[in-house]
Parts: sequence; C-alpha cells; structure tokens
Amino acid sequence: MTDLTARTELAPATAVAGPARAPRPRQGRGLGRSLIKHLLLIIASLVMIYPVIWMLVSSFRPTDVIFRSPGLWVNDLVIENYTEGWNALGTPFTSYLVNSAIIVIGAIAGNLFSCSLAAYAFARLQFRLKTLWFSIMLVTIMLPIHVVLVPQYILFNQLGWVNTFIPLILPKFLATDAFFVFLMVQFIRGIPRELDEAARIDGCGHWQIFWKMMIPLMVPALATTAIFTFIWTWSEFFTSLIYLTDPEKYTVPLALRSFLDSTSGSNWGAMFAMSIVSLIPIFLAFLFGQRYLVKGIATTGGK
Amino acid sequence: MSVISELSHIKTDHPRSAEERRARRKAAGRDNKAGYLFLLPWLIGLFVITIGPLIASLYLSFTEYSLIEAPVWNGLDNYIRMLDDARLHNSLKVTFIYVVVSVPLQLGLALAIAILLDRGMRGLAFYRSVFYLPSMLGASVAIALLWRQIFGTDGLVNQILRVFGLDATTGWISDPRYALSTIILLHVWTFGSPMVIFLAGLRQIPSMYHEAASMDGAGRWHRFRHITLPLLSPIIFFNLVLQMINAFQSFTQAFVVSNGTGGPSDSTMFYSLYLYQRGFGEFEMGYAAAMAWLLVVIVGALTAINFYASKYWVFYDD
Repeated sequence: MTDLTARTELAPATAVAGPARAPRPRQGRGLGRSLIKHLLLIIASLVMIYPVIWMLVSSFRPTDVIFRSPGLWVNDLVIENYTEGWNALGTPFTSYLVNSAIIVIGAIAGNLFSCSLAAYAFARLQFRLKTLWFSIMLVTIMLPIHVVLVPQYILFNQLGWVNTFIPLILPKFLATDAFFVFLMVQFIRGIPRELDEAARIDGCGHWQIFWKMMIPLMVPALATTAIFTFIWTWSEFFTSLIYLTDPEKYTVPLALRSFLDSTSGSNWGAMFAMSIVSLIPIFLAFLFGQRYLVKGIATTGGK
Repeated sequence: MSVISELSHIKTDHPRSAEERRARRKAAGRDNKAGYLFLLPWLIGLFVITIGPLIASLYLSFTEYSLIEAPVWNGLDNYIRMLDDARLHNSLKVTFIYVVVSVPLQLGLALAIAILLDRGMRGLAFYRSVFYLPSMLGASVAIALLWRQIFGTDGLVNQILRVFGLDATTGWISDPRYALSTIILLHVWTFGSPMVIFLAGLRQIPSMYHEAASMDGAGRWHRFRHITLPLLSPIIFFNLVLQMINAFQSFTQAFVVSNGTGGPSDSTMFYSLYLYQRGFGEFEMGYAAAMAWLLVVIVGALTAINFYASKYWVFYDD
C-alpha cells in the first residue's frame, strides 16, 4: 500500500514536468463508450423504477387484470380501486392519513427543537464532560433499538400511553434521533465563529445568539432534518406496530398492512391504490427536498 | 466527516502538557450553565429513553416477566434457553445470510453506479434521482406489499417470464428456497442512498490524481484500484459498518412479506421478527430482553471485527 501511496503523491510532479505522454482517447472511442454507458444506465433506471410505475398503472386496473398484465397499457381505466380501498377497512382512509400527519408533524417539531439545541451546545459551548457526552451521543446512533424497546414499552404502558401517539412523538422532543444532532453539529461547525463573537460583543447572550443568529443560518440543515424526519416517520412501522393496537389509531403503514388480514390479501386493486396514496407524500417530499437530502447525507456520510 | 472518523478523532485529541490540561479545564467550564441548559432535552432523553431502559432490559433479561405479574428472577434461565432454541438459531442464520449477502451486494452496486456517473455527464441529475428514489420508498409497507405481488405465483416477475415463453410457476415468496432472496433483492434495490454518499466522496478526489496517473500510462482499472479505491475506503468502511448494523435489525420488509409469520417454514424469520414474536406476541418480555442483549453483543462484536479488519484495507489520507 505504501509504495502506491508514494506513487500517487509523486504523480503530480511528473505531470507538471513532462508533456502529455498518454494521448487522449480518440473522439470516436469516447463516443462509443459513452453510448454504452448511457445504454447501461437507462436499462438500470428502467429496471429500478418499473415496479413502481407498474404499481401506479395497476392501481387503475381491476384486480383480475392486474394478474394478467405485465405491461403498462390500460384499456379501460377504473377508479373503483381508490373509492373502494378508501373505505375497505373499518375507518375511512382519511383518518389513517390524519393520524400519520399528526405523528409526522409532532416528530418534525420535536426533532427541530431538541436536536438544534443539543447541536448548538456541542458545536459552540464549552462545558464540563462535553467530550464524554458527545461520544455517548455518537454511540447511541449505532445502538440497536431492540435493547431499549421492552423497558420503554413497559414504561409507556404504565403511564397509560399505549394506544396514544405520545410514545411516537415524545422521544423526538428529547433528541433521541441523535443522527440529526450530529448532522447539525457538522453544519454549525461550518459557520464562522467570528459571527458568534461579533454578536457576543454586541451584548447577545447564548440564547439570543442561538435563536436570532444560528437558527436563521441553519435553515439548510433544519430543512434536511425536516425532510428526512418526514420520510422516515411517514414510513415508520415497527414502533407504531407495538404502540398502536386500536384500529382507530392506526397510521397509514399499519392500515396498509391490515389489508392483508381484512381482505385476506386478495384485493390487490384496492391495496395498490392505497399504497400509491401512501407513497405520494414521500414522492413529493423527495421531489422538492432532494437537494437537501443529497447535501445532508453527503456531509454526514449518511445513515 | 462521518460519525466513525469523528469517534476516532475524539480518542486522539488529548492535551499534551499539564499546563495545557489546566487551561483546557478552565475553558471547558466557561459555559457550564448554558451548555447543560441547551443539552437538557437530550440529557433527559438519554437517561429516561435510553440509559434507563438499557439497564432495565439487562435486569429483565434475568427474569421471567409477562407484563401482568411482577418480574420473577430466574438467573441465567433465559440465556440457557437460548442455547437450545432451534428457532432462535435459525433466525440468527437467516439474519446472517441476509446481512452477509445483501450489504456487500448493495454497496457494490452503489459503488459501481456511482463510478459510472461521471462528473458533469449528460443526464446526471436524472439518473441520480431515479436511483435514489427507491431508497426513500424501500422502507415503506407499500413497497413490501408490492414485493408480495411481484414475487407471487402469478406476480409480475412470473408474468414477464411467461412473456418470454418460460413456464414460470414458482411462487418466489411461498417457496422457502427463494423467499429470503426476494427480501435481499429489496434491500439491494435501495442502493441509491449509499450511491449518493459515494458520489459525494468521488467528487472529493482531486482530478489531478487521475490525470497524472493516466499520463503515467495507468489504465482505467489501475486508476480505480490504486487511486479511487484507497481514497474512498474510509467512506466505504463507514457505510459497511452502518449498513451492517441496520441490516441486522431489519424488520418491516420481512414482517410484511411474510405477513408477520417469518414463513414459509421460518425462511424469512429475521432475528428482530422472532424477538417481536416472543416479546409482543407471547409476552415473554424477559426472554425478549435477553434476546435483545444477545443482539447488542453480536452487533458490537461485528462492529469491533469491522474496525479491526479496517486497519488492513482502509486508507486515511491525513
């Protein structure tokens, strides 16, 4: 490994010294290569996205046609899957959407509030045991949730909070999604310290610096946090499955899953239609937030 | 900088002299009150939601507890029972296969596509979006339901195979030989997220290195092997560690695809699915807690092995 490293380090020097030795690839060859590459990428894109598009198209077909049509042609478009699926379960689908929306909004508010506070402390303030707390925070990112699951359930059960949204929202207000604390710490470190010092000279306390200066500057990091929280919470299944057992309290993913029991998993038209409904918010968040998502996972190394 | 390089950074950041240490201690206390106030929500969460339950679950793992009656101490019984629990052994095997196959496949594909997507190439933004989108959708129940249809006996895959004249009658999901592979495939399908990270990492490599090497006559493969790979290795390592930890805890897809059973014949019985069945199906909370601690030990050991092995292949350029 070492001699290779030495070679790459030496390489720039040779580049400056000698004239270009290796001729650039000829135009024709480069074009052919680029064509093959695009062809490969287009085929890969199609394979990747085809199932989702097929599901979208199939959601407008009667169930028996779904099982006969691998293509994307729709002869007679039916919207019954949507009207039927909307009311196929005990409660109209609207109420599952509302339940999910409440939890998502709570989770976003919680993460923005608690993670930005903790991040400011870690990135800017000098206090005792900071290094220890910071290391613990990083380790909790990697801790399997199962190991705290059972006692958490017992705790929330004794507080009478099972079948409420509290166990799904409250932890977010206590910065348990440490990944976002880390993301914001990284972001704050990129903000020049001179700004803090100038504000301090102007007589601002920590709270004012945080609230009036840091928060506006942190908008991109906050947006990344909000969008990721949105997408992850909207799809979240495991915790909701444990805490929400009353069908009236079901979130969208729980409702979708219960299609398998209530219609013995045979009403694929309705299932596809409601699946599409459940994916639209994620798709929109992705469409409008992609810039922040890409930047966010690129700066933290992702999750 | 990733979580992992951050952690190793902390370890090496020790003050050298006694004087420096004293100065540090003084500086460290400067914002004590404000620091802890800002940290308060996180600290409460750490103790109430994480450390407290962590200790409680260790205690519960030595008890028999059904939620209704108080926990009864039974020593090492749960752990001894795990030694004889064939379904648990099977679930470990299933999970290991899943982790060992799906994580390298997913990361390999992510790397391959990231390298194909050159800087400034035509259609880059389009390709990136198309490849990235599935990793946003992949965790959802909707996609797991779709997978159930696609790999069913008369599902999309068999329909397409029939178009090509094949006699496709395999129920990929109902056949224990293939059910796990469909879930592995679902994981590989979400390669977009590590791909975006690799793309960002590739942009960090000065193009000068590649230009210089090609002037020295290095071909594509040599430049990949001796420039790209070493310089990208910390990022690959970081993704490997986190993806393995996450894959070990996979639940939703196996749960939905098998409709909660882990079937057919336990072929998709992931460890966390079995833990869920024991704890929240049978309400054997003590046993579930013991299983959770075994998971922590396994994940911890795997991460330690990863870190140890990284000395031989991860290259830090500083």
